[in-house]
Amino acid sequence: MSLDVAKIKRDFPILKREVNGKRLVYLDSASSAQKPTAVLNAMDDIYRTSYANVHRGVYTIADESTRAYEGARAKVANFIGARATEEIVFVRNATEAINLVAYTWGRANLHEGDVIVLSEMEHHANIVPWLMLAEARGVELRWIPLTADYRLDLTSIGELLRGAKLLAITAMSNVLGTINDIGPLARAAHAAGAAVLVDASQAVPHLAVDVQDWDADFVALTAHKLLGPSGIGALWARRELLEAMPPFLGGGEMISDVRKDGFTANDVPWKFEAGTPAIAEAIGFGAAIEYLEALGMDAVRQHEAELTRYALDALEDRLGDRLTIYGPQDVAVRGGAISFLFEGIHAHDISQVLDEDAVCVRAGHHCAKPLMRVLGVPATSRASLYVYNDEADVDALVEALVKAEKFFAI
Amino acid sequence: MPGLEDLYREIILDHYRSPRNRGELPTPPAHKSEGFNPLCGDEVILYLVIEDATVVDVKIGGQGCSISQASTSMMSAAIKGKTVEEARRLIRAFKALMSIHGSKLEGESDGADLEADLDGVALGDLEALQGVVKFPVRIKCATLAWNTLRQGLDETAATA
Repeated sequence: MSLDVAKIKRDFPILKREVNGKRLVYLDSASSAQKPTAVLNAMDDIYRTSYANVHRGVYTIADESTRAYEGARAKVANFIGARATEEIVFVRNATEAINLVAYTWGRANLHEGDVIVLSEMEHHANIVPWLMLAEARGVELRWIPLTADYRLDLTSIGELLRGAKLLAITAMSNVLGTINDIGPLARAAHAAGAAVLVDASQAVPHLAVDVQDWDADFVALTAHKLLGPSGIGALWARRELLEAMPPFLGGGEMISDVRKDGFTANDVPWKFEAGTPAIAEAIGFGAAIEYLEALGMDAVRQHEAELTRYALDALEDRLGDRLTIYGPQDVAVRGGAISFLFEGIHAHDISQVLDEDAVCVRAGHHCAKPLMRVLGVPATSRASLYVYNDEADVDALVEALVKAEKFFAI
Repeated sequence: MPGLEDLYREIILDHYRSPRNRGELPTPPAHKSEGFNPLCGDEVILYLVIEDATVVDVKIGGQGCSISQASTSMMSAAIKGKTVEEARRLIRAFKALMSIHGSKLEGESDGADLEADLDGVALGDLEALQGVVKFPVRIKCATLAWNTLRQGLDETAATA
């Protein structure tokens, strides 16, 4: 294995606990990841030693707090290959990042009859903001279909992109695990005159991401899936786009001047950060990125590809065709989110039985109901792997599934 | 920690594997109502034929977990042939059963009323679902059918 998982496990206090007398086996990181001590300490330390509001005070701890907050922004920028720190806007999560683009850039640039291209594997976060815009503005949505092996079907991509103003696409499916090759897609979209928004919520925690290589215009990411706290995420956008976009929420921080008859917006990125931000969360976000950088994103990716291969093989060996896996078999084009369904046993019942063995998996539609309809299933179970998972965790999953199958056997 | 056998009693698994009254009825005369649990995707479809304030026929459809589907099946068996008033009393009694042990549902009555709602109502097989209250996340699975029934009865009353 490319990572020292035994050592990594010790960095996560929650993994020491037991549920129902069993060792916690956490396989729901695609929903939200657990937090290492380094992140917990970074957030605790700022509150204990240097906490004050940012960008406001001249006193020492206000300066320390501001520097820690802006330092976190620089870590995010560097982590995803942004050209400038000012291209990172702190938001609550990836959902807010996408909504920010829909409300500002979208409402300024999209009009009746314009086209947005999405894919059938999008999360609701990258669907509903565009549906809302479609309702408000009469924008048309087009959908990139899927192939039989759960990848994007690009045979008609030229036609789909014709006349499009925006391609909004995930870099990695939270249900199928499929990794999309963003670079060529973005270049095709640009050639057709469309801007490119990438939902990188699932990709950034698991792959080395470079937004320049992607040739994207907007990238949405969230901290809580990459070992950071909830309540903080980021929008990356090319500086000239951010500068041309109208502000989103109005209030303190986002202005450079306010008069009785108007206001002047602040510079980017602060123009999009109205109100006191999530200061400790941003600092925790930065600490999570440092933790991942110390592991090395290439090693993270290699570990997950190897463990995903092990999991797919173990599921096939023990459960065979009684279990349907929704996602590519080739680990070169997929991450560690593994969705599956037992013939005749509902995902919630599976989750319930697994909980008795302290195995945590997600059950449901995974906020991807259009995809569930394409797959023709109401819900799936999903086990998802991360840096702190090992073969023993996969074995625990497989054994618990064997038990569940026996429990519900007809 | 309650065990799985508290939740998945044999009678529940039996209704899940062999649901009673499964099928469709022509509308009209039947009234069709649908209930969804948006968080987990459980779905209940209910066909009711009400004549002379009596549930003369019922069919169920939908998909979901064992608890939601077993509860629907058990409900269909319990209300068939009952008067609308008896069916409404069963709804209240079932909701009361689901509220015991402190997990009160939104808009439901308090403890004292719960006893009154349960008093004198024969729940029969439905009592097997009482184990669900030890798994608060699953209460919504068990109550979906009953909320759909109440909706169906309200709609038929409004159009009658």
